[in-house]
Amino acid sequence: MRDVAVARVAEPSGSLQEAKEWGLDREDLLQIYRNMVVTRGIEERGHILYRQGKIPGSFYTGRGNEASSVGVATAMGSEDVGTPLHRDMGVHVTRGVEPWRIFAQYMGRQDGPTHGRDGNVHMADSRLGMIAMVSHLPAMLPVAVGCALAFRIREEKRVAVAWFGEGASSRGDTHEGMNFAGVRNLPCVFICDNNQWAYSTPTHLEYAVEHLADRAQAYGFDGVVVDGTDVLAVYRETKRAVEKARDGGGPTLIECQTLRMEGHAVHDDAFYVPKELFERWAERDPLERYRTWLREHAEFTQDEEDEIAAWVKKLLNDSLQRAEESPQPDPASMTDGVYASAEDLDTPHHK
Amino acid sequence: MAELTYLQAISDGLRTEMRRDKRVFVLGEDVGVYGGAFKVTQGFQEEFGAWRVIDTPLAETAIVGGATGAAIMGLRPVAEMQFSDFVSCAWDQLVTVAAKQRWRAGTPIPIVLRLPSGGGFSGGPFHSQNPESSFAHIPGLKCVCPATPEDAKGLMIAAIEDPNPVLFFEHKHLYRRIKGEVPEERYTVPIGKARIHQEGSDVSIITWGAMVYTAEEAAKEVDASVEIVDLRTVMPWDKAAVLESARKTSKVMVLHEDTRTGGFGGEIAATIGEEAFEDLDAPVKRVAAPDTPVPFSPVLEKAFIPQVEDVVRGLKELIEY
Repeated sequence: MRDVAVARVAEPSGSLQEAKEWGLDREDLLQIYRNMVVTRGIEERGHILYRQGKIPGSFYTGRGNEASSVGVATAMGSEDVGTPLHRDMGVHVTRGVEPWRIFAQYMGRQDGPTHGRDGNVHMADSRLGMIAMVSHLPAMLPVAVGCALAFRIREEKRVAVAWFGEGASSRGDTHEGMNFAGVRNLPCVFICDNNQWAYSTPTHLEYAVEHLADRAQAYGFDGVVVDGTDVLAVYRETKRAVEKARDGGGPTLIECQTLRMEGHAVHDDAFYVPKELFERWAERDPLERYRTWLREHAEFTQDEEDEIAAWVKKLLNDSLQRAEESPQPDPASMTDGVYASAEDLDTPHHK
Repeated sequence: MAELTYLQAISDGLRTEMRRDKRVFVLGEDVGVYGGAFKVTQGFQEEFGAWRVIDTPLAETAIVGGATGAAIMGLRPVAEMQFSDFVSCAWDQLVTVAAKQRWRAGTPIPIVLRLPSGGGFSGGPFHSQNPESSFAHIPGLKCVCPATPEDAKGLMIAAIEDPNPVLFFEHKHLYRRIKGEVPEERYTVPIGKARIHQEGSDVSIITWGAMVYTAEEAAKEVDASVEIVDLRTVMPWDKAAVLESARKTSKVMVLHEDTRTGGFGGEIAATIGEEAFEDLDAPVKRVAAPDTPVPFSPVLEKAFIPQVEDVVRGLKELIEY
């Protein structure tokens, strides 16, 4: 490992007062907690559905990434856009996608955002400013840069957020997208979900710098390394980057360090990840950490915790039932919509 | 009406839309200050400014991905690949993202990709290709290949107006060689409608792009009435017009500058075989480049690109069949 770290390493989350200074009141803090619990709950229910044989193909989760995904999405403005990936369920939850539609998506039903045409987290609700991912990572990163380009051309105070994993950081799309954003000083924030494993490949076989965020300097903007299990630290760093981009300050690369707490997908038992690594990171479980912070800093009571747990349980039970009632897609409709018609341009984005 | 070169007609179409619609902008390598490698966007940056005529880094993935994102946000990007050959660097953005997004996620991607294509200048294997059939095979993409200045302008405007990713193959050999009357006002040429370049009754040539003119020259050298169908757009393609011509003449040649195997001519020939078999008096004949990369040496390139004499030979075989 060469010692060339140039990125700033972010401070951990601070006091309730600091959270307030960054724009979060107590209800916002509880909403962050709810979103994290819902995010994990959706993926835990997904595992059950998969074992029941109700999810075709494979199944991917973002366990361990809940703080990162919810923290980033909470820092975005309602008019901002982004391209979240398969470890970023918390982004969809935070932006307001209803869980029953996510379950319908998992099961390939008609009411999923892609109506059974695509699976797992290959989905997005364009009305909520999100753009659906593809499997080729990080092909959506240059697309997010293009969104930022549109904001710059129209001189709008909006920001595009591009997600990529440390695995995808090896691909050329990452370089081309970040370089273009740097050259044009575009309002774009790059979020690297560094979960330490690209399928079975560890970081020392993926890159030779200390931090991926160090690369930001090569593109002419700031890099920040943040503990991706610390939701308020992720929020604060993203908020800082988003506001900087909004004010014409250009891109930021934020590397959120986590551990992928499950296999690459459900078929993968991750035998190649040292057991001690899992044990060490389990002690930094994002939900546990945040719950402890809320108790210590925000007088989070057992009653509140129980109330949220009961609310989430009911939400997910009702959502599952509604999703299971969703019809299968009609094969007769399969060839519809390969090409767009002029009316299709009447979307929130295209106006 | 004014007489314009094919190149001027493309510029005219683009300029017309940029003046009319503020959402339209251009991005690509050297398109701004330099005016494009072939000068299609010469003077554009002076007229429209540096944020509507954007010089990009040398990065095709960023160009097409950037265009895609900007299109989703409501703009109408026209991106230039300096040569159509370089679109291979942007394959993923085009084929994985742009082509599938409408069907998969309900998000239309209204982008135009300008692709200077074709050989005849010793451009070699990497500056001479005609990759339209590769993209015609991808559901969700449209491919247009104008042959005349009038079509070049009308199809450019139609491509910008279209809510889908449209690949605009402009043949380099036509840029300054072909001139024609072009209406000064705004008009569109419908994507998916062929044009009868020359009416005839004995044999049909189905072709597009620069090969329209090769067919025209060849037709003068045979003692038969040759109908030339200029497909104008390869995806969608005008099946009805092709079948009508096949039924009329009963003898069909499919001619293209791209290589033979897997070239779009195979699809046309198969469709004629399926749907007009009873009307044929001869097997459908394909005239295309051999299955090699495009060669550099003038001698080799001449042997590669279908020449007038190759078409004449094919026509005679059809006529005598």
